[in-house]
Amino acid sequence: MTDASESLTQRVEPLEAGAHVIAARFIGEQPVLALADGTVLLGMNNQPLRPHGDAAILVASTDDGALITGGDDGKIVSTKSDGSSLILGDEKGKWIDAIAIGSSGATAWSTGKKVVARDGKGGLKEWLAPTTAQGLSFAPKGYRLAISHYNGASLWFPNTEGKPEFREWKGSHLDATFSPDGRFLVTSMQENTLHGWRLSDGKDMRMSGYPSKTRSFSWSHNGDWLATSGADAAIIWPFKDKDGPMGKAPRECGVRHSKVSAVSFHPRALVVGIGYDDGCILLCRLTDSAELLVRPAVQNEGRVTSMGWNKTGNRMIFGTEEGAAGILTLP
Amino acid sequence: MSDKIPVTVLTGYLGAGKTTLLNRILTEPHGKKFAVIVNEFGEIGIDNDLVVGADEEVFEMNNGCICCTVRGDLIRIIEGLMKRKGKFDAIIVETTGLADPAPVAQTFFVDEDVSARARLDAVITVVDARWLKDQLKDAPEVKNQIAFADVIVLNKIDLVSAEELLDVEQNIRAINAYATIHKTTRSAVSLDAVLGKNAFDLDRILDIAPEFLEDVHVHHDESVQSVALNLPGDIDPEKFMPWLNEFTQAEGPNILRCKGILAFKDEPKRFVFQGVHMILDGDLQRDWRADEVRQSKMVFIGHKLNRSAIEKAVEACRV
Repeated sequence: MTDASESLTQRVEPLEAGAHVIAARFIGEQPVLALADGTVLLGMNNQPLRPHGDAAILVASTDDGALITGGDDGKIVSTKSDGSSLILGDEKGKWIDAIAIGSSGATAWSTGKKVVARDGKGGLKEWLAPTTAQGLSFAPKGYRLAISHYNGASLWFPNTEGKPEFREWKGSHLDATFSPDGRFLVTSMQENTLHGWRLSDGKDMRMSGYPSKTRSFSWSHNGDWLATSGADAAIIWPFKDKDGPMGKAPRECGVRHSKVSAVSFHPRALVVGIGYDDGCILLCRLTDSAELLVRPAVQNEGRVTSMGWNKTGNRMIFGTEEGAAGILTLP
Repeated sequence: MSDKIPVTVLTGYLGAGKTTLLNRILTEPHGKKFAVIVNEFGEIGIDNDLVVGADEEVFEMNNGCICCTVRGDLIRIIEGLMKRKGKFDAIIVETTGLADPAPVAQTFFVDEDVSARARLDAVITVVDARWLKDQLKDAPEVKNQIAFADVIVLNKIDLVSAEELLDVEQNIRAINAYATIHKTTRSAVSLDAVLGKNAFDLDRILDIAPEFLEDVHVHHDESVQSVALNLPGDIDPEKFMPWLNEFTQAEGPNILRCKGILAFKDEPKRFVFQGVHMILDGDLQRDWRADEVRQSKMVFIGHKLNRSAIEKAVEACRV
């Protein structure tokens, strides 16, 4: 379907990141890149920031106003669009394995089995997972955190004394994501499948057929679709109906001879950004599967590791494993 | 292939001299930068930027293979390290004294992200010359660690007599017929002897000295043993490969490791395989040289291996 004339490559402004891009996002209208060497690049031409000093950044995420990074120094740092930073937590040199951002300024992170939730006022709560916490995701409403680990996931209300609710499914669960309506929890697994739970009745869903692990999820703006990486196309599961993807086939967008490494839905339209192992990036419209080329495959610049849109959806930032990056501005 | 980061796994029972060897590797002037994955902080005597604590979290792969266990923490740590390419040249994984090396080794075969970026260079096992005989009686871990080794550092030889040393060596050989043995005091071994061995490189494995093949029959350890075979002439792959698959699937839990170099009928190249439990990896490598005798050598190390059944089965595959 790719038509060479349908190209946006001229509308991409390259950025020199210089190290493995952990997260490429926007904070408001400010582009931001969090790099594995510990650098944060904010805006287009500003001085690089080092919120973790000499340490490296392992995980990063953003909310409306800040970039939150977890480092191999054990610190969790929030960096605002004006460049000011605040230490949210300090795990004393332990690697931060996962990070999640919730509503009303809530943050969560994990190192090994230890999971910490921090509410918007700075109150900290801790929980020890039965095995290493691999992935974290806040429920869209209420102060509730999902933690994926070996043999299942746990649902924790940090402000209640009760034991977290355990949802069992054999195997090693990696990343976790709540559906935007809060009805489903989906995890990626070591065994190249996704697992889902319908939370109302605990019904299990298996979403299999991936040739490799899924490490990137993205929900469509209306919550009807979940785009995933790990195959030679973006695999997009329907979640609109009561049963979610149960018994339904996924859509495949952007089929190429390279594995999809990152996905990012447009914030206002059914268009998904798809990044590949070979560095190529496509935009794909779900309604008619039309494709637009954003970036051709580039040798030696590595796979696309992260992509993110600004709020209005006229700009998309991306970064790669080898430190290439750029910003697409739509016409 | 060549730009994969080499990983050395360091095992050994409590008190054998593992940490001494690790400190030696880290302090010697070799100009290399190591990322070190340890189970306990604080034992390493020197500052190293990249020392990572691990939990030794072993889990089963949910893929129907009962003996397929991997180290989940290792997958995560290596993923984290690989984001910092250029900061180090090699990785050393130190395991606890009681650890089974199989999940560590299998991690490098089973996890695609790890195997795409890192390769197992060698399993180094440090053995206490003085206490090995006692440990073999009491600690099943020691047998597994020896069985898995590509290189054995036979340490504290100053604490035993020449006869005792010979005896200990024979004990080791009975369990593992192919590992290279270095005899040391205070783990003083040249770094070339333990690093950059490419022992897991299929093309370089299996230099079993012929004399061991006979020795092994005499001093065999009851619970873990090597079955080594050396067959002149060619083997029929149509018969051998199905047998090998079936054998490793059926006996996987008992087979700790296997390795082999085979001369296949009508095949100018050497076929080389190795495995950990049920997981097999094999490939055609270089041509047989004109001055080489075409022959097939293989070793199976494990528990309760039926030597005569293996011999008979492989014999039936000869051309």
